[in-house]
Formats: sequence, structure tokens, C-alpha cells
Amino acid sequence: MSQGTDSQTATSRTGTSRAGASVDGWTFEGYEMVVGLEVHVELATATKLFSGSPNRFGDEPNTNIDPVTLGLPGALPVLNRRAVELAMKLGLALNCTVRRSTFARKNYFYPDMPKAYQISQYDEPICVDGWLDLPGGIRVGIERAHLEEDTGKSTHLGGSGGRIHGSDYSLIDFNRAGVPLVEIVSRPDIRTPDQARAYVAELRSILVAVGASDAKMEEGSMRVDANVSVRRPGAEFGTRCEIKNLNSVRSVGRAIEYEAQRQVGMLDAGEAIRQETRHWDENDGRTHTLRSKEDADDYRYFQEPDLVVVDPDPAWIERVRASLPVLPAVRRDRLAEATGQPSDAEAVLVVTDRGQDDYVLAVAAAGGDAGRALVHVKEAFAEQGARPSVPAGDLAALTTMEGNGALTATQAKQVLAELVAAGGGDPEAIAAAKGFEAMDTGELERMVDDAIAAQPDAWAKFCGGEGKAMGALVGAVMKASKGQADGKAVTRLLESRRTAG
Amino acid sequence: MAGTDSTTHDADGRGLPTAAVDIAWNVRNGVISAVDVIERHLGEIERREGEVHAFNLVLGDQARARAAEIDTGVAAGDDMGPLAGVPVALKDNMCTRGIPTTCSSKILDGWTPPYDATVVSRLHDAGAVVIGKTNLDEFAMGSSTENSAFGATRNPHDTSRVPGGSSGGSAAAVAAGFAPLSLGSDTGGSIRQPAALCGVVGVKPTYGAVSRLGLVAFASSLDQIGPFANDVADAALLLEAISGHDPGDSTSIAGGPLHVGNELDWGVTGLRVGRITDLPAGASADVVARLEESFDALRDAGAEIVDVEVPAFTYGLSAYYLIAPAEASSNLARYDGVRFGLRVEAPDTNAMYAATRTAGFGAEVKRRIMLGTYALSAGYYDAYYGRALKVRRRIAADFAAAYERADVLLTPASPTVAFHLGDKTSDPMSMYLCDTYTIPSNLTGDPGMSVPFGTGDDGLPVGIQVLAPALQEGVMFRTAAELERRAPR
Repeated sequence: MSQGTDSQTATSRTGTSRAGASVDGWTFEGYEMVVGLEVHVELATATKLFSGSPNRFGDEPNTNIDPVTLGLPGALPVLNRRAVELAMKLGLALNCTVRRSTFARKNYFYPDMPKAYQISQYDEPICVDGWLDLPGGIRVGIERAHLEEDTGKSTHLGGSGGRIHGSDYSLIDFNRAGVPLVEIVSRPDIRTPDQARAYVAELRSILVAVGASDAKMEEGSMRVDANVSVRRPGAEFGTRCEIKNLNSVRSVGRAIEYEAQRQVGMLDAGEAIRQETRHWDENDGRTHTLRSKEDADDYRYFQEPDLVVVDPDPAWIERVRASLPVLPAVRRDRLAEATGQPSDAEAVLVVTDRGQDDYVLAVAAAGGDAGRALVHVKEAFAEQGARPSVPAGDLAALTTMEGNGALTATQAKQVLAELVAAGGGDPEAIAAAKGFEAMDTGELERMVDDAIAAQPDAWAKFCGGEGKAMGALVGAVMKASKGQADGKAVTRLLESRRTAG
Repeated sequence: MAGTDSTTHDADGRGLPTAAVDIAWNVRNGVISAVDVIERHLGEIERREGEVHAFNLVLGDQARARAAEIDTGVAAGDDMGPLAGVPVALKDNMCTRGIPTTCSSKILDGWTPPYDATVVSRLHDAGAVVIGKTNLDEFAMGSSTENSAFGATRNPHDTSRVPGGSSGGSAAAVAAGFAPLSLGSDTGGSIRQPAALCGVVGVKPTYGAVSRLGLVAFASSLDQIGPFANDVADAALLLEAISGHDPGDSTSIAGGPLHVGNELDWGVTGLRVGRITDLPAGASADVVARLEESFDALRDAGAEIVDVEVPAFTYGLSAYYLIAPAEASSNLARYDGVRFGLRVEAPDTNAMYAATRTAGFGAEVKRRIMLGTYALSAGYYDAYYGRALKVRRRIAADFAAAYERADVLLTPASPTVAFHLGDKTSDPMSMYLCDTYTIPSNLTGDPGMSVPFGTGDDGLPVGIQVLAPALQEGVMFRTAAELERRAPR
């Protein structure tokens, strides 16, 4: 996994946990929001859903194409078995039932839709009736997860630009056309922007964990549409609007919050909500009408006659189930238990997302302090992958030294930095080389007393309740100890001296 | 060519055999030259193509070059395959790499496929020589080969008459001696009906027996490629060469090629031949008379004639004219002017689609796109397309019941002998009725073939259709071979 991906993960996770997938409902002027999410993910297959062209992001336009991709006359689709398997895998990870499924044609004209129909599972999707548990304890139902092909990508140029209407010309890149997608449709169980963000983040973790997708929202391999309505708590569902163009976890939260407030405003003004598709504009922070329900296309779905039924036999399903890795929620619980943290603690979320939870457990198994290891890994291993270069035993030794007072927290950080830089080492030797020796308490007390004696004014102010004055005293001790003193221990000593008066 | 008794494989005046099996044997074994064979057929084309117009494109140079390659291979001791040096004409809805494929439509103007259809690759591997691309009703929609952007094909037996359709060019090419073999496609009778009208053998194999990869789709669940030939043995030879599983077509049946050739002489003793007592009316008296004689002939040959009922047979036409246009409306949506073929420029994208499709498609294609779009529309799906699917299942059940009692069924392939050009062009319904007897086997996926059996009014050929259950081509060919041996002379 690239570093970029890791930092992206960390960012989205931090955003999520800062918000917290709160159990408390979001309410606005007495209304609650009802949200269901439709998430499209590109599957991490080598080739496209119905042809042998590479499924690869970022290549020169129109290089990963063939007669099937372009919808040339006479071309026929052949289903990619690996795509089916990945869809089964993510469905099973989402607690879905894998079932007999068929493909249909969704007919509509658009220049980047080569055949003028999209092959998509319609009334018989491969995965149905699952759920996803959010780290905060909320369960969101999964209605279905179905396979379909992606479209090409249009770029509209000249004129007013950007959109097809008003531009002078358009360019189409068919590299993306036919890339396998799974659309994961949640039930309308989400009630707050935080839950929506947590759902997307958790879904992303699962997709990456099972290897179904790299799920990079910034590259479009994971795309989110939100169905949003509002209601008085306990009332019937309101009329919903579908929000498109949600390109980050952050915009998912912002958009549904804006949209719910917009709908509440309309209802309070006595206006009816119209069912429509709306576009999220990241720049102005609003949603705008794309098309109303009356303008919606009639897709004239019918079963795709060029493909046959996909009916995975129980043995195949069980093989796929057996191949599932331990899922993020279980890993978080395991890590939480070992470290004594809640399973939605930020460090637990971040470290598990980086896949470093096993490493922390290995440190514990090597006799280390799991709690301290978790903090060190979260803080110092952001650039490392699931297999950090520092041997678990070395980090275990470090946490042990910390635990029995041989190293202060400040010293431990310095030793850890050496370990990371050198890819391991003996913490005791490093500490010794740095001259970090456990300071005996008597020596530290003497330094504190010396500092008080040297700065009577500061001591008087500190005793008079001026907290700021403590800084000068602590600073003097740190200077005298050449930075070796434990700041917290110094503070404790100063306070006990003051109390003793 | 018509009237030539090809079963005796007489050589013509220049000492070359006319039957495909004989050409292939002799070329393969170095007895005759593939180049001579191709020159002889190009000569026939030169002589009569002007009045018949079987071809959209004659591939003279490519065919000569390929024939020379075959001869060189044979001289070098290579086995050039079971169709070595045999000229084959292709319906112009099968993709040929680097050679235009038009579907007899203006909408594909300027388009050249970058790949070969699977049948084309298999023909090549079998040593065949593609001699040209034959005319058809636009996108295979029609029963007379008059709906072509490039003009009508005429029946070699009487050029004031149609050859049938939609594979009229391929049927006429064989009947006129332009090629001993050709390929057509059959969605509702488009091989069997023109075979009957042109007095040649035409076979629609079991759905999935021949790959559709590279066949430009009309109605995907009904389309099937099959052979035309002057006799049953030649048709068997071609079918064996093109059939068998293709991983590139998901609806292709697992397993190797069909083996039908070795059963041709087995006869029909003990075979149960079904007469459909509730067959839809509409066949003319001459055709009905030949059908009766065909039962007599098979009874004389030792078959047992049994009466069967296929009550839903009569609903086939109605179901077909919902299902086929529905699929066509989707299959033909890709001709939008964006990526290939004709584009008529217009101020915006939607106007460009409309202008391109208005200019590019002929009237019958437009009619079927509109019919199919309507049948699939919200609010109408259940009443039309959904209902038609139920009828389709019902027809399949009725045929399955009939095949409990009979091994094969006989019907006319066409209600009449060849009609005159222009007779039915102003009345689409009368044209659709041409396929009354052939449509059900497309709906069920079962095989069917037309074999010449005497003549009807004005001395024109009559074809008898032999129907069989899925993958029972062997018994179907056996029956057809017996009818061929006992056909009125």
C-alpha cells in the first residue's frame, strides 16, 4: 500500500472519529434526517467486467479498449469470474446472502455509454439482505450489492465549459467503460451526518480489507450517492432527494447536512419536497437540482440475452467465505481489548486501518505493553505499512523500559525515533548511548529544591496560584538535568512541595 | 444451377466438381487447384451477378490470394482442412476484419470491423475461401431482401421474384452457383424461408450451437448462424466446421462441433415423424400438396407418421413481433453516430442522434425500433413484452410435449413459393406472415431446416421444414437426407 493511501486513510479516519459516530440523533428544528447511501466501488480486477481489456486507472485515454468496450457491432460480453468472486466476497463481508442472479440492460443514450445500454444487475442482484455495524454501535442494513459496468468518462471543453450543455465539444475516454462496479445500497437507517461518514469510512475499510477495491474516492474508484429525506421523529418517511457528486467522506457529511436543512426550511415554509436528483457543489456548499422525477428516463430494463444466469453453488460460496480475512470490526475489538481502549478510540481506528493492529498484538505477545505500543505505533509509524520495519521485540523492550521507569516518555520518543530510523535495535543500548539513565528520585528532588532556591520570586508566584510561574521552575530543572528529567515527575514534585508548604 | 442433381457430384464441363464435399476432398488431396475453383465461381458471378445482385461486396482479389495460399499449403504437404478451397459467401452481418460489414444499412457507412466473427475464423481454419459479403434485409429485418440500402436481391429461378429473406443474398448466391456454400443468420426464419424460395438447403441450428460472436445482433435471444448449401451433405459439412463451443459467446453450448454428416445414410426406419394437426392455416395449395407428399415419402421409407398438437404454435408470430423488436430496439441503440459509422452533424448531441438515426435507418428498422421501445416501456412492459415471454415459455412447453410423441416434425418452410418483388412491401403484416412456420423454433431454441422438395406454382421450388428438439440435428439431417433422396423430380 502506498504512503499516499495511508495518509488518506488517516485523514478520513481522523475526520470520522473527531465527529464521532454518535448515537445521539441529529435534529434540526424538530426534524430528523433519514439517509440511505448508494456506494459504487470499482472492483480490483485485472481486466474489465465483460472483456479482457485492462482495468487500470490513469493510462493514456482510449488505450484500454476493445470491441466489447466500444460496443462495436457483433461484440459480446463474457462475464469476469474474478469480478463475481470479489462481489461475493464483499457481500459476505457485509453479512449478505449470495444468491442466483441475472443481468439486465438499462437502456439510455449518453455519449460515454458505448452500447447505449448499461449491463447491470437489476431485479436479481447477487448479494442481498446484509448489514454493516459502525464503530459506534449503530447497525446499518444493506439492501443489496449488485454488479454492473462503469461508463466512459466525458470531458466537455470550450464554450461555457464543464457541462455537456454549452460546451463547444466533448472528448470521451473509454478506458473506464466496462470496469466492474459493485453498487452497495444501504437501507435508510442513517440518522446523522456522523453516521454517514462513519458508514463510508467503515465500508471503505472492509473493501480494502477483503481486497475487493482500492476504494479511492479521490480517484473515483469509490463514489457515493445519498438519498436524503427529513421527518418528524416517528412519522412516515418524507419525500427523498438523491444527492450526486459526493467525492469525499467530508462532502458526504456536509452535503446531507445541507440537504436536510434545506428540506426542513421548505417544509417550515409550507412547501412540498419534490422528488429529484440533486448535485452537490463542493465550492458553494449547496445542492442544486439536476433533474426532477418527471424528467427521469424510462430505462426499459429487460434481461440481458447475451449473458446467462449466475448461480454460485454452495461450495463456491463457502470457499469464498473461507477466504475472507478477519474484518476490521473484529480486529478493532481485538486491539481494543489488548490495549484497554474503547474500540472506537481514534488510535484503535487509525492503527487498524493501517493494518498495524497485528503488529501491536505482536509487541504485546513479545512481552511489551500493548497500550504504550498502540500510542507509539499511531504516532511514529504513519509512514510504515502493515509490517513495520522495527521488530516487535524491540518495541516491546522499549515499552517495558518505559513501564518500569527506566525511560521517561520524552526519552522513549527519542529512542523510538532511532529505532524507526534504523529499522530496529536494542533500546537499552540506544538509551545508554544517548546517556539516558534512570534518574534516581533523590537526584531529581535535589534539582527541584535547587530550582526553588534559585528562583524565589517564581516560587512565590507559583505558591500564590499563578500557574504560569511553574514553567520557569520546570525549565530550570530540565536545564539542570540536560533534558533527562521527566516533566510530569517534576510537576508532581513541585505540587507536593507547595502542598507541604 | 437449379435442377442440378448435386447429390451425384457431377463435375462440370471443365472437370471441376460442384459439391462442396467434392471440392474440399479434391483440393485437400491436391487433385484440383483451389485457384481454379475460385476462378470458376468468380466467372459465374461475373456472368449473372448483374441480374441477381446477391452480393454487397465480391472479394475477388482476396479470394484468389487465399486460394493460392491453400494450393501452396497443399503442395507443401499441409492438411488445409475439411473445407479446403471451398468458396463460401457470408451474409453481410458477420464481421470480417478489415472488410466492410454493412448489414445493408447506411448507418454503418464507412465502418470496417477490427475483428473476425468466430464463424469467419473457423471457416479460415477449415481452409474455406470467403468469396464475398451477401445482401440482406437491413439488419436482417425482412423476408424478401428488398429492405436493403443497396437494392433488392432477385431469385435466380425467376429474377422478377424475391429470393426470400433476410438472408436472400446468401440463398441466391448458392442457388445461382456463385458459391457452393454460404452462411446466413436466422432470427425468425431468415435462413429457412429464403432456402425454400431459392430451392436450396438452409439450416437453423440449435440456439447456442454456433457462436454469435461477430454476428451483428438483431434479436440476441433468437439469432443463430447457419449454413446454406445445394444439398444436405454439403450443409452438414459446413455446420460441422462452424459449430462447437466458443468461450467468446456466453450463450454458446458446451461441447465440440455437431456431428451430423455420418448419419445421412441411416434412413428413417422406425422414426416417428409428427404431423401438426393444429398448424396455423395460410399455406397455399401447392405447398400443402408437397407437404402431404413429404409425409407419404417418409412413410414409404419406413417412418411412422404420428399426429401431434402444438396449440401455442399459432401465437408464435405475435410473441415474436414483441420479443424480437424489443431486443432490436436495444441492440440497435449503439448506432448513435458517436463512435463509428454514419454521423449527421447537428447543433447538440440529442439532435445528432436523431439526425443520424433518421438518415441511417430504413423504414422497417425504424418500425421495429419503435415497436420494441414501446413494448418495453414503463406501463406497457407487462402487457406486451412480459406477456410475450410467457407465450414463449408456453410454446416451448407445447413443443416439448409434441417431441414426447414424435422425433421430428414436418411443416412448410414458407407458406408460398417465391413472390414477386413489391408484392408485400406496402403491407408489413403480409410480409411478417412469411415466417409463420419458422418462428416457433427461434422462440424455443430448437433446430430446424428447409430441404427442397419438388416445385409448386409456376415451377418454383418448395421447401419442407424439418423440426427437431434441441441438439437433435443428427435425426433432423437424417430426415432431410431421406426427403432429398425421395424428392419429386
